[in-house]
Amino acid sequence: MDTDLIKIASIIGAAVAVSFGALGPGLGEGRAVAAAMDAIARQPDSAGTLSRTLFVGLAMIETMAIYCLVIALLLLYANPYIAH
Amino acid sequence: MIAANPLGADVLFRIGPLPISGAVVTTWVIMALLAGGAALASSRLRAEPSRWQAVLEMLVEGMAGQIEDTMRTPPRPYLPLIGTLFLFVLTCNLAPLLPAVRAPTARLETTAALALIVFVAMHGYGIRTRGLRRYLAHYLEPNPLLLPLTLLSELTRTLSLMVRLFGNIMSHELVIAVLLSLAGLLLPVPIMALGLLIGAVQAYIFAVLAAVFLGAAVGAIEAG
Repeated sequence: MDTDLIKIASIIGAAVAVSFGALGPGLGEGRAVAAAMDAIARQPDSAGTLSRTLFVGLAMIETMAIYCLVIALLLLYANPYIAH
Repeated sequence: MIAANPLGADVLFRIGPLPISGAVVTTWVIMALLAGGAALASSRLRAEPSRWQAVLEMLVEGMAGQIEDTMRTPPRPYLPLIGTLFLFVLTCNLAPLLPAVRAPTARLETTAALALIVFVAMHGYGIRTRGLRRYLAHYLEPNPLLLPLTLLSELTRTLSLMVRLFGNIMSHELVIAVLLSLAGLLLPVPIMALGLLIGAVQAYIFAVLAAVFLGAAVGAIEAG
């Protein structure tokens, strides 16, 4: 009974982690890309530098979402509170 | 259970007490292919390049240019490490194009090893370029009070380098597995095509971030 409760809570926790973990970085990446588009439209010459910096920045932001995904996977596949 | 546990190990065989997983065997094959190909290609270099040599020169010069743009310093000392990392990660990410091959970068142990290489190289290049005393002093640089945060960021950026590559490639694999179990044969094909883009972009990002970290360690640029 007790492990069932933990399993239910883990599944809900994984879903919440992924959904909210995708929300923030999604908004952030949208803002970053919009700002980069604006900058490229103003200064097309510096598009190379801008897009490289954008890629690195997006990777940094995206890491937050990936962390949430890893937490969700830990809950689903390697939950420390359930004996596998 | 839709897919096999993405965090567990799939042990193929054992050498003594050492379990060898499928991902390790795949990396061995990729390493042999890359090293053999490079040795074969560089054994017959001529001043007037053949078609293959022209392609390789373009690749190496492109990588050197990217490293120079990112690090703002002559790229020659860093080209072997970062170029090899890029080619290796790219080959690993694109390996699932072959049937029955899984991307080694979709396993945590492979990306952990790659991130560890970058971590060690960061300090190695930093000490070699600046000298031990000046390298250690740069940790105290803006303010000695920030030392714990600086040390923490050293660890977390290596950790995030590892988790980023693993998470992207593995989650893509998981999405394909889920789609395959829900929708059958043809629907995952466009997602797999997207995987080519993801694999190339992630290899590029891994190499650029390694270059940024190395550049920060040798003091050429500010830490990212």
